[in-house]
Amino acid sequence: MSAYKRLSIRQKQIVWAWLFLAIPTLFYGLIRFYPTGTAFVISFQDWNLLGERTWTGLSNYQKLWNDPVFWKVFRNTFAYLILGTPVSLVISFVIAYHLDKTRFMHGFLRMLYFLPFMTSAVAMAWVWRWFYQPVPIGLFNNFLASAGIPQIAFLNSTTNALPAVLAPAVWAGLGFQVIIFMAGLRAIPGSYYEAAKIDGVGWWTVLTRITLPLLKPTIVFIVVFSSIGFLRIFDHVFNMTTNNPGGPLNATKPLVLMIYETAFSSFDMGYAAAQTVVLFLILLLVSLLQLWILKGDNS
Amino acid sequence: MSRYMKRMALSGLTALATLFGSSAMAVEIEYWQYFFDARVDAMEQLIEKFEEANPDITVKMTHFPYADYRTKVAAAIPAGEGPDVVQLFYGWLNDYIEAGLIQPLPKDAFDPAVIDAEFFPMVQAMKRDGSYYALPTAVRSLALFYNTRLFEEAGIENPPATLDELVETAKKLAKVDGAGNLTQVGITTGMTAQDHHWWREVLVRQFGGDPYSDDYKTVNYTGDAGLDALNFYVGLEKDHKVTQSGFMDEPQAAFKGGRAGMHIDGSFRIGSLNKVRGLKWGVAELPAGPDGTKSNYSSYWVNGITTKAEGEKYDAAVKFLQYLTSDEAMQLWLDVVGELPAKPSVGLIEENANDPTFGPFIKGLEYANTTKFANESAQRQAMVDMVARIDIEGQDPAESLAAAAAEEQKVLDEYYKK
Repeated sequence: MSAYKRLSIRQKQIVWAWLFLAIPTLFYGLIRFYPTGTAFVISFQDWNLLGERTWTGLSNYQKLWNDPVFWKVFRNTFAYLILGTPVSLVISFVIAYHLDKTRFMHGFLRMLYFLPFMTSAVAMAWVWRWFYQPVPIGLFNNFLASAGIPQIAFLNSTTNALPAVLAPAVWAGLGFQVIIFMAGLRAIPGSYYEAAKIDGVGWWTVLTRITLPLLKPTIVFIVVFSSIGFLRIFDHVFNMTTNNPGGPLNATKPLVLMIYETAFSSFDMGYAAAQTVVLFLILLLVSLLQLWILKGDNS
Repeated sequence: MSRYMKRMALSGLTALATLFGSSAMAVEIEYWQYFFDARVDAMEQLIEKFEEANPDITVKMTHFPYADYRTKVAAAIPAGEGPDVVQLFYGWLNDYIEAGLIQPLPKDAFDPAVIDAEFFPMVQAMKRDGSYYALPTAVRSLALFYNTRLFEEAGIENPPATLDELVETAKKLAKVDGAGNLTQVGITTGMTAQDHHWWREVLVRQFGGDPYSDDYKTVNYTGDAGLDALNFYVGLEKDHKVTQSGFMDEPQAAFKGGRAGMHIDGSFRIGSLNKVRGLKWGVAELPAGPDGTKSNYSSYWVNGITTKAEGEKYDAAVKFLQYLTSDEAMQLWLDVVGELPAKPSVGLIEENANDPTFGPFIKGLEYANTTKFANESAQRQAMVDMVARIDIEGQDPAESLAAAAAEEQKVLDEYYKK
């Protein structure tokens, strides 16, 4: 007590600041860092959730390296990223760009685009799952069949299934990206556009020389945000393929779903933890890469 | 400070004393199961009857959502908490024994020879080194559901009794639209549902094989029998065009929707089919094989005594488990939950065996097999992929069968190597 009394006001302030900061730090450490650390430890062990944990060294990682399913899943995960991120970026920009210029029913249209973002992913995935079914219940195939066109196997196909699962996921994330883009567009000072108008510049030049360069921070944010989202895709895939999770023939299985299955239906916690560590490293790498690009922008 | 501590300790002691004082008269044991409405309801009734007959024992039931069940059990028992009698899926038995969660049933109360004689034969999968570790109250088996309206419409009088009749019946039931798309299937298929059991334990045996050797540790369906069984199964879709895998998303959905003539499923489906308005259905035994072989697959949940139960709690747990495996409990379970009795002495009494709904399932138990799964979902996945490779990628069935066998063997080896 007396030690505290001898402190200067500045030092007391620091003590109090640390005291308040300690609570979230402790909480965060307990629910985030401690389990994360444990996951790293378990990845070197063998554990079925019931018995003893036994040390197995690097064997979980060796198994992962030699597992053809893992490499398939690895490719799928990046397929979600490489298809999903640019497609959703372009679509959301086009929508935001035009929506920004629309005055007629602006609020209503914006609500329509935002609605899927607020819808439960589970409900949405199930509705789309039924859309994709073959005749007689699938909406798309019923339409095709009534027009005399052969049916398309959307989900029961190794080539079509991944884009089919991705489509509603892109749609669901669109609303959020549109809002961010519109905020970015509004933040560009009107004087640039006025100057361009006076100079008599065409819309394409305005778009490529003014709008897009000034939107770069917004674009980087959306790319980082949606990349992490697509790398962690799970609920859409799981709900659209519950009977054969990540199927057919692992064609739609992302890394997170593989982790889930290894942990909670095979109860192979060590192997699942090793996969989690790999996912962690991928996310870290992608985020660092994108932060590096963002930094390059500032200099 | 210290006076306060003393008072705390004193009051703690008094509380303990009262606790022990009452426990001398009544033992309380805990029972755990996963949450399923009818099961909880049935168990409540059983506990009430058991407590009436044994006034010195009280049973406290706790239930959890299925998703948390295993984790909770695993965390509680080693810590000396949780259940004295626990429910588990038969496929988890090895894991539970290895982890030291359950103990063998005492031979005086549960004589292995008596159990061998009294229970349906597939219950012997619960025996390790001569003693039983857990026993079921109820079991499940497969049967052929058929839509009586569609049967009438197609002029079919009886459900098929053999696989050949199954194909012929299905042909009469299937409907296609102008473009050749199936709008009604003769029989539902889908390895993701119950078909992997039907293929593994029924079709392979009916075509003259034995799906596993070495106590389910070695895959044994790669021979002609396995290939014939696989060709028959995929032939339903490819050659006879009476079905489509994944038709209407899920087999049971197609049957409930009245768009499927026949559907192979477990006894646990009865309850939900009863709730479908306007659906008229019947049940028949699974069709016999080309040489008349009958087979079935049975799965069940069992109850075991945990390693936590000691002393008088152990004695009470034994009594409770004896009651749970009694004829009375089995009949109650059938009436409330709709799951089949695990003993012929209850199942095969006139009233149950001739019941139009339960009868075919109960008859199936007499010749049912129980797969000792190492990892059911991974082993199912091998079957799912086997058919998908033929369906989607056009792979040769023999090649696909060999690949599936290798995949499943890998799962088994990994599990048993420990």
